[in-house]
Amino acid sequence: MIELRDVDLSFGDRAVLRGVSLRLSERRIGVIGANGSGKSSFMRLLNGLVLPNRGTVTVDGLDTGTHGKDVRRKVGFVFQNPDNQIVFPVVEEDLAFGMKNLDLPKDQIAARINEVLARYDMTDLREYPAHLLSGGQKQLLAISGVLVMEPDWLVLDEPTTLLDLRNTRRIARAIDGVNQHVIMATHDLDLIAGFDRVILFDQGKVALDGPPAEVVPAYERMMG
Amino acid sequence: MLDLYSPGTSRLHRARAGWKLLALMAFGTAIFLTDTLWHVLAAGGVVVALFLLSGLTLRQAWAQVRPAIWILAILFVVQGIINSWALGAFVVARFAVLLTAAGLLTLTTRASDMIDAITFGLGFLRPVGVNPAKVGLTFSLALRFIPVLGQITQEVREAQKARGLERSLIAVALPVAIRTIKMADDVADAIDARGYRP
Ligand SMILES: Nc1ncnc2c1ncn2[C@@H]1O[C@H](COP(=O)(O)OP(=O)(O)OP(=O)(O)O)[C@@H](O)[C@H]1O
Ligand SMILES: [Mg+2]
Repeated sequence: MIELRDVDLSFGDRAVLRGVSLRLSERRIGVIGANGSGKSSFMRLLNGLVLPNRGTVTVDGLDTGTHGKDVRRKVGFVFQNPDNQIVFPVVEEDLAFGMKNLDLPKDQIAARINEVLARYDMTDLREYPAHLLSGGQKQLLAISGVLVMEPDWLVLDEPTTLLDLRNTRRIARAIDGVNQHVIMATHDLDLIAGFDRVILFDQGKVALDGPPAEVVPAYERMMG
Repeated sequence: MLDLYSPGTSRLHRARAGWKLLALMAFGTAIFLTDTLWHVLAAGGVVVALFLLSGLTLRQAWAQVRPAIWILAILFVVQGIINSWALGAFVVARFAVLLTAAGLLTLTTRASDMIDAITFGLGFLRPVGVNPAKVGLTFSLALRFIPVLGQITQEVREAQKARGLERSLIAVALPVAIRTIKMADDVADAIDARGYRP
């Protein structure tokens, strides 16, 4: 479980999140809200990329401030722009990157790479230069690079914003199929229609928190 | 230039990156020690033969030299005027052969293997505070982001062209710089998020 207790976050004297308390344990959690409402900041708290100015964030009881490395093993993060999280020039090398830090034996690294490439129909792209992939393939690679680390949580910040409809659907299917708990911020309300829970942020506060059937219409009314 | 690795199963592809790197160093040194043109030309012949034996094409060999063609031309003219045309030809041949040999290494070696070899080779610097793994990561990031930077520059240039500003250095350089800095920030976060442990 991920738990936030009375969290404040600010950059300089600009308050970005105020008094956020949440217990997250559902399998599929959506995060919505207007531009600048604090979604990304909230997501970045979950794996310790940023630390709260007040309050605590814990993952299975581990504080993100004091157990950053362990927390990041449990919480995988996918960014909006896959170009910024693909670190190695070739598909296969990039998939191996995180695993090398786990000191996994070579054959196990290879097995996980095979498995994830097959799962997303990318076996032919194993030795392909990452910069020549399409946008959808890049995002699948970015997600794969996180999944091979076998985290418990998959946190995604607008993973489909840069993609066309077909690739958005492809990513949505991929996300739908993972065993991990998923927390996804998005402006595409269709993506979270089937989720267990949706959290609506407004000006740095949790404005509404409940099933999508309740939260999404309220958000649509709010946006006019 | 940017499609660095060309997949294959030749002997050269399968050889250990570290040995290939050492061989290239020895080859480069030898090329710079000799002062006989036909030595250099013979070495060039060997390199080209290795291209073909590794399943690569003459076109790929030429592609290693092509980006440097203007620099080589200038070198040739300058040497020709200052010293002699024969020396000019010699110097240019030497550089061209070296470039081709270096290209052969990058085409037949995965970036990650090369980086592992560099990381291993730099191990002796550990006692003086150099972290070879970090140096290795730096190399791979450079390789990975050269094309991305090229693409950003392209996008910005097109956007400014639409506004008739493509000839303004500031209008192109500034957005590129800002996007690059922002990207560097994000990349650092991503490396962190992916559990990198130097
Ligand atoms: N590193 C930072 N330094 C200063 N201010 C920041 C920083 N990161 C975010 N902010 C500010 O925090 C506020 C919330 O930003 P955040 O990115 O969390 O919003 P968001 O809901 O993800 O928006 P979007 O839908 O546009 O992605 C914004 O006002 C933003 O300007
Ligand atoms: Mg955001």
